[in-house]
Amino acid sequence: MSSNVESSPPVPSLLVSEPEGGLMVAIRATLARDITLLLRRRGEMLNPLVFFALVITLFPIGISPEPAMLASIAPGLLWVAALLAALLSLDSLFRGDHDDGALEQLLLSPHPLPLLALAKVAVHWLMTGLPLALMAPLLGVMLALPAGSYLVLAASLALGSAVLSLIGAIGAALTVGLSRGGVLISLLVLPLYIPVLIFGAGAVQAAVTGANVMAHLAILGALLSVALGLAPFAIAASLRISLNG
Amino acid sequence: MSLRLQARKLACERDDRWLFRDLDLTLEAGEILRIEGPNGSGKTTLLKILSGQLSGYEGELEWCGEPMRRVRRDFLANLIYLGHAPGVKAALTPLENLAWYQALAGEANAGRNGQPARMAALEAIGLGGFEDVPAGQLSAGQQRRVALARLELIPRALWVLDEPFTAIDRDGVAALEARLAQHVGRGGSVLVTTHHVLKATARLRSVRLGDA
Repeated sequence: MSSNVESSPPVPSLLVSEPEGGLMVAIRATLARDITLLLRRRGEMLNPLVFFALVITLFPIGISPEPAMLASIAPGLLWVAALLAALLSLDSLFRGDHDDGALEQLLLSPHPLPLLALAKVAVHWLMTGLPLALMAPLLGVMLALPAGSYLVLAASLALGSAVLSLIGAIGAALTVGLSRGGVLISLLVLPLYIPVLIFGAGAVQAAVTGANVMAHLAILGALLSVALGLAPFAIAASLRISLNG
Repeated sequence: MSLRLQARKLACERDDRWLFRDLDLTLEAGEILRIEGPNGSGKTTLLKILSGQLSGYEGELEWCGEPMRRVRRDFLANLIYLGHAPGVKAALTPLENLAWYQALAGEANAGRNGQPARMAALEAIGLGGFEDVPAGQLSAGQQRRVALARLELIPRALWVLDEPFTAIDRDGVAALEARLAQHVGRGGSVLVTTHHVLKATARLRSVRLGDA
């Protein structure tokens, strides 16, 4: 197509070859926007926390209020409940943006989609995973969790929930085009959640029995760095697939 | 380098039915290309293909003489796409909505410095006084105007507009039509689907779908 050079009208000065503003500006704006959105719909943000608290409250009533009994199952219980609470909040991660058309605009940004998606996931973790991790020691008291293990509980949940958010976002991105993706997300991501659950609950269990917790936390950290490296690309690809339909 | 979007032998199949086949079209700088056709004839699909959103098509797509797949980022840096859904967050004010779009588009002054520009864009589109009202409380037409304010705010050569006149009142339609004419007058290009009849000018060309 060599003819386009001589036949073109003047004033193509509008054309730019690269976006002017930095990538950081776009990422910061996406972070700020998603945090603002969640703060304006607090109910949505509180849902997983309330669910977490309710489930943990019911266990002493349902099983037995005996501290020794509760303490032995507390690490697993806290982790399972936190994992399900995080799962509960996943469906809304991209759904709002999909329904009002903001998602297709996100995909049309000249900036790399994996990084923009990562910003959204970071907000999800900040508003769901981190509060869950901070709340867990409080609920640990209710389950008579031994005193020395609270810090490990919070740390393992903070690390682990970040992995959960990253993996879960892949499922959320894959199902965002479906009208009812909730159950499907669970089926998709639960198998991938299992290693996180094993090492997360394992860390707390180790803290309870006085064993070395660093091995478990290190594996959680390794899982997080792998997820950080790979999940953004999987999320971006999943979003493209979902919007291609 | 001059703006030129070209499609050759474009074909798209949906549910065992060809929406269009062997479609050749070219959009050059300073042109409005209007896609016509009855409901369900594939106008939105064509627009999504031409704006690089759908990959399920046959044929070739070129941007400024290069294959679209290779220069996608360049292409996106020159594009504003307004879809069916306005992409306006109900919980955010028009100003906050625009701030995100400005940053997303890679505008240099997306932060606080951009506030006067955003105010001016909303003023120009007829939303003066509504800057701080959550978009969810605005009417459908006003929400559509928030989306249209991006055209004022973010200078881009290629506008791809899917039914931009929906829910806009008569004055707004006239203003938007004038804005389109001004944009192509400056060397920009517009790709638009609409049932609204645009004023015939030398710059306006039409492609009709759904007659096959």
